[in-house]
Amino acid sequence: MLASIIAAGLASGAIYALVGVTYNTMFSTSRVMSFTAGQLAMLGGVFGSMFTLKLGMPLIAGFLLTLLCCAIIGIITEFVAVRPVLKSLDQHLYVLSTLAVALMIQQIAAIKWGTEPQPFPRLIGLGSGVWDEKFWLPVLACAVTILALEYLYRRTLVGRAFLAIAEDNFAARALGLPERNLRIASYALAGIIGGVAGFSGGELLLAFFANGALLNFYGFVPVALGGLGNNRGAIVGGLALGLFQQAANFLVGGIFSSVAVFALFIVSCSRRRKACSAAPRHGEYDGRGDRLI
Amino acid sequence: MAVVTASSERSDAGRAESGTWRAALPHVAPFLGMLALALILPLVGNDYWALIGTRMAIYWVLVSGLNLVVGFAGHLAIGYVALLTLGAYTTSVLVAGNVVPPVPVFAALPIAAIVGAIFGVIVGLPALRLRTFYFAMSTLGFATIVTQIALAWQSVTGGGIGIAGPEFPPPFNTAWGFYFLCVGIAAFTTWLSANVARSRFGRALIAVRDAEVAAEATGISKPKMLIAIFLLAGACAAVAGGLFASLQTYITPDAFTFDLSVLFFIAILIGGRGSIMGPMLGTIILTILPEIAAPLAAWSTFLYAVLLLLIVLVMPGGIAALLDFRNRRPLASNRAIVPRPTALADIVRRSKADRALALRGVSLSFGNVKAIDGLDLDVAPGQIHGLIGPNGSGKTTTLNVISGYYAAKAGTMTLGTDTLPPGMPALRATRGIARTFQTPRVIGEASVLQNVMIGGTVEGRATFLEALLALPRNAQDERMLAGKARALLGVVGLETLADVRADRLQHSELRFIEIARALMLDPDFLLLDEPAAGLSGDEIDRLAELIKAITARGTGVLLVEHHADLIFDICHQITVLNLGRILAAGTPAEIRVHKEVVSAYLGG
Repeated sequence: MLASIIAAGLASGAIYALVGVTYNTMFSTSRVMSFTAGQLAMLGGVFGSMFTLKLGMPLIAGFLLTLLCCAIIGIITEFVAVRPVLKSLDQHLYVLSTLAVALMIQQIAAIKWGTEPQPFPRLIGLGSGVWDEKFWLPVLACAVTILALEYLYRRTLVGRAFLAIAEDNFAARALGLPERNLRIASYALAGIIGGVAGFSGGELLLAFFANGALLNFYGFVPVALGGLGNNRGAIVGGLALGLFQQAANFLVGGIFSSVAVFALFIVSCSRRRKACSAAPRHGEYDGRGDRLI
Repeated sequence: MAVVTASSERSDAGRAESGTWRAALPHVAPFLGMLALALILPLVGNDYWALIGTRMAIYWVLVSGLNLVVGFAGHLAIGYVALLTLGAYTTSVLVAGNVVPPVPVFAALPIAAIVGAIFGVIVGLPALRLRTFYFAMSTLGFATIVTQIALAWQSVTGGGIGIAGPEFPPPFNTAWGFYFLCVGIAAFTTWLSANVARSRFGRALIAVRDAEVAAEATGISKPKMLIAIFLLAGACAAVAGGLFASLQTYITPDAFTFDLSVLFFIAILIGGRGSIMGPMLGTIILTILPEIAAPLAAWSTFLYAVLLLLIVLVMPGGIAALLDFRNRRPLASNRAIVPRPTALADIVRRSKADRALALRGVSLSFGNVKAIDGLDLDVAPGQIHGLIGPNGSGKTTTLNVISGYYAAKAGTMTLGTDTLPPGMPALRATRGIARTFQTPRVIGEASVLQNVMIGGTVEGRATFLEALLALPRNAQDERMLAGKARALLGVVGLETLADVRADRLQHSELRFIEIARALMLDPDFLLLDEPAAGLSGDEIDRLAELIKAITARGTGVLLVEHHADLIFDICHQITVLNLGRILAAGTPAEIRVHKEVVSAYLGG
């Protein structure tokens, strides 16, 4: 029993962690938290199932095409919902515009794909029981994504430019970094990460339009736990959340495991509240989107 | 108004009473019109219209509460359908009696309201300190789990099969009977939310939304305000849920789709922020829309989403901005600010406190930069103390430490014999410390008068409950605040602009509004952060007279300024800062000849 809790917990935790990284990737270049993060992961499953199962494409082609489609959706989000509201970040209009795009994605998926969960193909056919691929694939995908991101951020020029923009947008632009193009690239990257999350977790979550809203919330909890923009925090937070949820599921039953997750979220918010009340750095946004000086 | 005698106060009040009515009529008339339309509907409509009308009224019960959260406090509650669900199931389960003995429906509704109020606060907890996205997420998460629980907790909710909604006793068990009940409740919640909106609490909500830093300086406690309206909005939503369950006659989790949440939310955005009539029209339009566009029913969420995107990108002001004709009239272009400082004597009570504000060894560093390093400063009552120095010498940082935005790492601040606690900006107003800001922080969407009234928020005595029910003490507060604010606008010379939206004013006018707002507190100490920046020569002279008149009432003024002339003209004491340390301190005459000051700052 313990083994299955750990297997299922790590698997779903890895998916939540990847959605959390999706949030962070979009946030780092634009200071926008986008409701499309969970929808991208949902699309990873839906596109994956459509390409490989319905259209019968080979696995690799289907996978790459899924990522491409998700990347395009990410870029569309940037154009439609992010760029127009960047001028007035303090009014939090991005909450509304990204929600609108997320709802459109969800509704189109529901109408074109159907409102019932549909099967996702067995990708490799390896392992059984707690070692089934549906459990270890998301964990593997999560590990590979993190390693790739670490490589990108530490070893490549583009990655360092991302970090520069995330650290200090004004200074980075003054240095001549193409902020707009980097932002578009980061939204495409976020689309790819979301797509990986959905594709690798397809066997666990199935191809289902309602996964979007669910993953929006469950994927944001690791961000709240680990700190905004902190990918390592999101990974640890995501895996912990998955284990916590499965353990709660086993101990107190399905009804109250979601209550436990919600309680965890509320508590993690009030924990961060203490961190916020410390004196802000000079001229820094003080966590409420309001510049003091 | 300490000088006004009791008898004339009473006649003043009487006149103000009839005056208030006349002034309130244009605001109340549209609502009475809506109510009249609602009462005419049964004469012209059939049962189908009864259903639509009832649904509108029920949605509005929820939206009227939610409007305070979204439209006034600016918190994006996107999952409020969860509280509707909660109210619907609580009422249905209580009336059906499958957990406890059956409860009459009119007792079940208030119980549901209490449950809804409690959960309204729980869901709102992340909003108290964090970015608005956390709150949006929290409501979304709550919506997700409430549906899951409704599905899974079969013994109570009936799971996917559902449960019968409550039945109301006669005469409310017919279509039109129930309609009148819902319209009645909707009228009641409209009245409640309008009471809050027009009280100092409603203004405080908008202040927290648009100028949070300034709101804190006037002593507004954001968490307290938000908890109060979360209670109200949660209760409204739960009552709406009870009525909704009765209208549906049978509820399953499927009845509470996220579409509804989006509808409530968009109704408010279409209506416009800070308005009640706008969101009401928005609710009506969005309830009728699917009835007209029946073939598009499958795409309703998509249409709502498109609508949402359009509102955000094209008309963020909503219907309320379209209907706001008054603020399209052009303002006179040759306006001059002519303060009348002599009138101060009748308005601001004389500061009795003969305590000094004293800083000893205050230090604060940001990373490795020492912004203030061992600062000693004394501001005496009735004196003007100038704080000057080059850019980055720590002047504004000193003001921010005194007003509590920064907590000093070392040193003490005392007010007379009391210690000022470091941090906690919202506690400064009650201690008689008011301030203005380097960049004016006013609420653009509120009128000039309302902006000034914000300054006196802590002076009001009525509680939130009294304001909610429009009890007499709240009316007294309103009269006191409005009277004082108008008088202070006269003092700073802006009384002709009292009813204009503040974002239409010039920069210099905003500076004087901030001073009027600060004076609402009858402050013992007034911190002015570059009040002369951007003012013309004439205006600076008038500002100087005004500041002198303020100190003549016993108020101590700490003045941060770059205009050397102004400083040397009016200050009694001057402290010169350089790189966070005191370079010199003394009378203007001493400073003017101080060698280092002349070379480092004044030049010469």
